Amino acid sequence: MAFEGLADRLQSTIKKITGKGKVSEQDVKEMTREVRLALLEADVNYKVVKDLIKRIKERAVGQEVMDSLTPGQQVIKVVKDELTILMGGEQSKIAVADRGPTVIMMTGLQGAGKTTTSGKLANLLRKKHNRSPLLVACDVYRPAAIKQLETLGQQLDMPVFSMGTEADPVDIATKAIEKAKEEHHDYVIIDTAGRLHVDNELMEELQDIKAKVNPEEIYLVVDSMTGQDAVNVAESFNEQLDITGVVLTKLDGDTRGGAALSIKAVTDKPIKFAGMGEKLDELEAFHPDRMASRILGMGDVLSLIEKAQTNVDEKQAKELEEKMRTMSFTFDDFLEQMGQVKNMGPLEDLMSMIPGANKMKGLKNAQIDEKQITHVEAIIQSMTKKERQDPSLMNASRKKRIAKGSGTSVSQVNRLLKQFDEMKKMMKQMTNMQKGKKGKGMKFPFM
Amino acid sequence: MGFMDKLKNKFQKSEEEVEEVSAKYKDGMKKSRQTFSGKINDLIARYRKVDEEFFEELEEVLISADTGVATVMDLIDELKMEVKRQNIKDSEQMKEVISEKLVEIYYGDEDPKTEKLQLQTGQLSIILVVGVNGAGKTTSIGKLAHQLKSEGKQVILAAGDTFRAGAIEQLDIWGERAGVDVIKQTAGSDPAAVIYDGIKAAKSRKADVLICDTAGRLQNKVNLMNELAKVKRVIEREVPQAPHEVLLVLDATTGQNALNQAKTFAEATDVSGIVLTKLDGTAKGGIVLAIRNELQIPVKFVGLGEGMEDLQEFDAHAFVYGLFADMLEEDE
Repeated sequence: MAFEGLADRLQSTIKKITGKGKVSEQDVKEMTREVRLALLEADVNYKVVKDLIKRIKERAVGQEVMDSLTPGQQVIKVVKDELTILMGGEQSKIAVADRGPTVIMMTGLQGAGKTTTSGKLANLLRKKHNRSPLLVACDVYRPAAIKQLETLGQQLDMPVFSMGTEADPVDIATKAIEKAKEEHHDYVIIDTAGRLHVDNELMEELQDIKAKVNPEEIYLVVDSMTGQDAVNVAESFNEQLDITGVVLTKLDGDTRGGAALSIKAVTDKPIKFAGMGEKLDELEAFHPDRMASRILGMGDVLSLIEKAQTNVDEKQAKELEEKMRTMSFTFDDFLEQMGQVKNMGPLEDLMSMIPGANKMKGLKNAQIDEKQITHVEAIIQSMTKKERQDPSLMNASRKKRIAKGSGTSVSQVNRLLKQFDEMKKMMKQMTNMQKGKKGKGMKFPFM
Repeated sequence: MGFMDKLKNKFQKSEEEVEEVSAKYKDGMKKSRQTFSGKINDLIARYRKVDEEFFEELEEVLISADTGVATVMDLIDELKMEVKRQNIKDSEQMKEVISEKLVEIYYGDEDPKTEKLQLQTGQLSIILVVGVNGAGKTTSIGKLAHQLKSEGKQVILAAGDTFRAGAIEQLDIWGERAGVDVIKQTAGSDPAAVIYDGIKAAKSRKADVLICDTAGRLQNKVNLMNELAKVKRVIEREVPQAPHEVLLVLDATTGQNALNQAKTFAEATDVSGIVLTKLDGTAKGGIVLAIRNELQIPVKFVGLGEGMEDLQEFDAHAFVYGLFADMLEEDE
C-alpha cells in the first residue's frame, strides 16, 4: 500500500549509512527526501513540509551519531522533535467566563462532525468538570440537523435549545443565552451549520453570532482526513472568526492526520480535543506528541521509548537483568516490575503503541484485563516475605491463606505460581539468547 | 494542432450543450481551477528552463491538489522521460505535455460509458450508497432522487442509516423535497432489514430505482464493514444482478486517506462509482486522479453546492476543461 510509515521508508537509506560515524550532508539529503514523502503522504501541507525539511536539514547535518541511536533513529528523533515543537504542548483547558455562562461556538465545514462533537463536549463538561451545559441548535439549514442535536440531547439527558428552522441563527443564539442564565447553566454550546470557508454570506452569519454572544471559545471542527485544503479552511476561519481552538474528528480512522500539523502551522491555535469514536464519551484531550508519531507512521514507538526511559530506573533495570540471569528473580521483583509497567499507562495503550504488536501471534486482539493485574498484585501482597523470596515453600495451607487474604481462589493462586515459574524459565532462555548475540539488546522491530 | 485544440474542438462540437455543462463546472470549480492551472501557468512563466527545480515545483503543484503522492511521483517520472524523448528545453512546451499526461490518467483505457449511471430499463434498479461519516451520502441521495425523478423515473429511498441521530429524519425531508417515498424503520433497527423492506416496497410499487442509504463508517472498522457486506448480500439475494450501482461518496476535501477509503469500501461492496462531494470549495479533488489511476473506479457524479440541482453527472471532458480553462483562454 502507498501508506508506509517513515520508519519503513527510511529503512533502505539507513542501510547505506549504518556504520558511519557522522551523518553527512548527502545522507541527510537522502533521508529528508524520504521524510518529505512520508509527510506529504500523511497530508501535511506541502508548504509546511518545505519549512520543516529546511529546519530538519539544518539540525541533522554534522551531528555525531550517538552510541545509543542508529543514524536512522537519530533522524527520526530530530524529525519528531521538530514536529512536536510545531504541534506545541497539550492544551485541553476550556475557558471559563468571568460572569454568566461560558459560551462555546462550534464551527466548521459540512460533515466535519460539529453536531456530534457538540454532544460529546457537553458530555465531557458534565462528566469531567461537573458542569451543566445547554446545547443550542443553530443549524437551521441542513435537514434534520436540529433533530440530530435533540436526539443527542435525549441520549445524554441534557437540555437542547431550539427554535425551529424558520428562526434566525443569531436570534437563536441570543435567546439561548438568556435561557441559560435563567436556568443557571454554566456552559452554552452553540452548534452552527456547516459552511464553506468561501461562502461569504454564511461566514458573515458566524461573525454576527460572534458579535452578539461574545463567546469565550470558538472551536473549528476539522475532519482529520482533510487533505491539502485544510490550510485554506483553517486560515480563513481563523481570519474571519479568530478561533480559539481546534477539534480534530474521526481520528479513530486510519488517516495519518497530517492536517493537524498544517492547521497548527497556519493558525498557531491549539488543537484541544480529538474525536475518537462514534460514542458520546469518545472525545479525548489531544496529545500533540502522539500525533507527531502518527503522522510519521510509526506507532507511538517514541513515546514508548520515552515513557520507558522516564519510568524505569536504569539502576533497577541493571539489577533486574542480573537477577534474571542468576534466576534469583522473586515475587518482590515481579511486583516492582508490574508497578513500573503500570506507571507507563494502561496496558492496552502500551500494546497498541508497539508497531507490529498486533501482528504478533497471540497478541492480536488480546484483551488485557487490568483487573487481572490487580488480582495478581493482591495475591503477591498476601504472601509473606519468605514466600515471596522462595515460592517453593508453598503448600496447601499457605495457598489457602493467600487466597483468603487476596480475595481470590486457590486455583487462581496456583495459576499465578505456575505462570511465575514459566516466566522464570523464559527469562533464563532470553538472557542466554541475548548473551549469544553479544549485547545487541532488544531491538525495536522498525529499525 | 495539439491537445489543447483537440480539447477545444470537443467543446465546440455542440456548443450550446457544452456551454451549459461547462459553465456549471467552471462556476463550481472556479476556486479549484484558479489555484491549479494558475499555479501551473505561474510555474511555467517563472521557469524558462525545464530542470530539476522545475519538476520539484510541479510536483508541489500537483500534490497541493491532493493528487495521490504515488500518482504524482509516477507522473513526474513519465514527464521526465517525455522531456528527454522530445528533447524539450523550453518550459512553454511543457504545458501541453503536462495536460496530455493528466488527461491520460483521467481517461485511462476505459470506456467513457462507465461514467454514466448503469440503470436497468423496464425493471428495478438498486443503488447502494456507502461512505465514511460526513461525506455527504444522505444529501447526495436526495439530489440523485430529485434528478432521477425529474427524468420521469419512479424512485424509492430506503433509510438504511439507522445509527446516526437524525439520519432518518434527514432522508425523510429530502424525500419530501424530491417527492419520492422513503421506506424506514425506527432508529437503531437492523439496516439490512430496512433495505429488505425497501426492496419489497420497490417491487410491489413497481418502482424504477431504489436508492439505499447506509450509515457512515470509517473503513477501518471491521465490524461495520462486515455489516455493509451483509446489506449488499441481502440485496443480491433479493434481486439477481443487484445492486446495479454501488456509489462511494467521497468528500473532495479528503486527502490521501480517500485512496484507503476507495480501496476498503471496494473490497467490502464492490464499488462501481464515486460521487465526489463538496467540490464547490477550494478543495481540488485531485484524488480523483489517483483513484482512477490506481483503482480504476470512475467518478459518476460531482456535488457542486447545497441545492437540489447541484449534483452533476461527472463529465471528464468538462472536468478537465474546468481545470485547464485558464490555460485554454490564454492561448486564444
